[in-house]
Amino acid sequence: MFVELLQQHFVHTALLAGAVVAVVSGAIGLFVVARGLSFAVHAISELGFTGATAALAIGVDPVLGIFAGSLLVGGTLGVLSLRGSERDSSIGAVLAFGLGLGVLFLSLYQGYATQATNLLFGSIVGVGDRQLAGLIVVSVVVLGCLTMLYRPLLFSSVDPEVAEARGVPVRTLSVAIFLLLALVTAEAIQVVGVLLVLTLVITPAAAAQRLTARPGLALVLSVVIALVSTEGGILLSLVQPWPTTFFISTISFAIYVAARAYGARTTTPSSSA
Amino acid sequence: MSAPPVVSVRNAALRFGDRTLFDDLTFDLCAGEFLAVLGPNGAGKTSLVRLLLGLVQPSAGTVSVAGGDPSARRSSVGYVPQQRAFDRDLPLRGRDLVRLGLDGHRFGIGRSGRGRQQAVDRALASVGAESYADATVGRLSGGEQQRLRIAQALVCDPKLLLVDEPLLSLDLGYQQIVVDLLDTHRRRTGTPVLFVTHDVNPVLHAVDRVLYLAGGTWAIGDVDEVLTSETLSRLYGIDVDVLRVRDRIVVVGTPDEHHHHHHHDH
Repeated sequence: MFVELLQQHFVHTALLAGAVVAVVSGAIGLFVVARGLSFAVHAISELGFTGATAALAIGVDPVLGIFAGSLLVGGTLGVLSLRGSERDSSIGAVLAFGLGLGVLFLSLYQGYATQATNLLFGSIVGVGDRQLAGLIVVSVVVLGCLTMLYRPLLFSSVDPEVAEARGVPVRTLSVAIFLLLALVTAEAIQVVGVLLVLTLVITPAAAAQRLTARPGLALVLSVVIALVSTEGGILLSLVQPWPTTFFISTISFAIYVAARAYGARTTTPSSSA
Repeated sequence: MSAPPVVSVRNAALRFGDRTLFDDLTFDLCAGEFLAVLGPNGAGKTSLVRLLLGLVQPSAGTVSVAGGDPSARRSSVGYVPQQRAFDRDLPLRGRDLVRLGLDGHRFGIGRSGRGRQQAVDRALASVGAESYADATVGRLSGGEQQRLRIAQALVCDPKLLLVDEPLLSLDLGYQQIVVDLLDTHRRRTGTPVLFVTHDVNPVLHAVDRVLYLAGGTWAIGDVDEVLTSETLSRLYGIDVDVLRVRDRIVVVGTPDEHHHHHHHDH
């Protein structure tokens, strides 16, 4: 049964889509965690849901709606560049309103229940060839940007005052990271669903930074953890027909817990240079 | 003095809306000089630093750093900000923080060239931070973090050091270490230091001149010229007393004296 499934085209597509999305999610996660943007990720994701339901209501490809919703809220948050509690409370307000709109749009659409479940909890095995191509293109763009901006992004994420004094355009980079985050979130929604985007964007990076104090290595580990979780989750769901997203989030959480235990064991997690 | 000044401020004013931080400010900072910038909270000390970094523009007058516009000179200015705690789990080692001061503003992921690593090692050694260079910055003490900050500012061989309240939340021993590091460096290399502080006492043995900002006005000169009852009373527009207690200077009667010049005594 498992071996037969492994030869299926849709399984190959799912594994490839999962890998593509895991790489960008794990990579951007480092900056998201360093900047404390977990809640913003959640908001962007929920507004991706609103976009998808709006697209469904007017009969457009929901993937386009996901990208539109995510980019709209990501761009807005980036331009506003709010800080601290002001950021959290305004994100909360926008997020709640966006979800309300999403519920309305969904009620206007006929295939209510299935689409809602797929959007909220993911439908990786439903990814088609065209959708996969889109995921690959967006991932290449995001990875290219992250590579080009790696040093100034790291600088402005961990040490914004000095970065600004050294001439790093911190405001522009803040907008850039939100837009990239919106693209990654829109991708992750298609794999794990709106409600579980954090399992790919936050959990691997949070685990990785417990394992090493080296920023470059933390980024690589975060990508590896995201990859192991996604591919492992897809494969397990072929063996045991439970939701793929359940397996993905369980693996990434298990790695996170293990990493925390490891981090607590080593008081100064510095590695030899 | 034949060499041109590193910092030249001419008739500079800084206003935000109808609030004037200072007006007609003129001073030079020459090679090797240690200038302390004093004054109450909100007098414009940090804004002066931002002016010299080219992050704000003067409302009037001119400001030049190393003979050019400050915004074009950021790569030759070392900046040490007010101490801010790093997140404990931030994946960043001491040497990574220093390295960012060298090439963090450049595009790309950056190759680990030997020349750059050596520059980082030299900067770490110059502040005595080798032993914790590979530890997570968020788990180091405030004093250790501040030493790394100075290494980060020194790693690019700056022509000017701008230091904004680097002693906040440091104990006396570390305050002295930070001041001595900067003092030694400027004597050895001739890099002038502009040192913003609310308390002159920790830097008293190192300063050449002080710039005092208060109430939209300013005074510059030797410690003995500026930190007098007459000068400060003129700046504040009320009676202020400057007392010498042993080898310390205590200012009494300023509107914000609770967090001013009494830092040590708490």
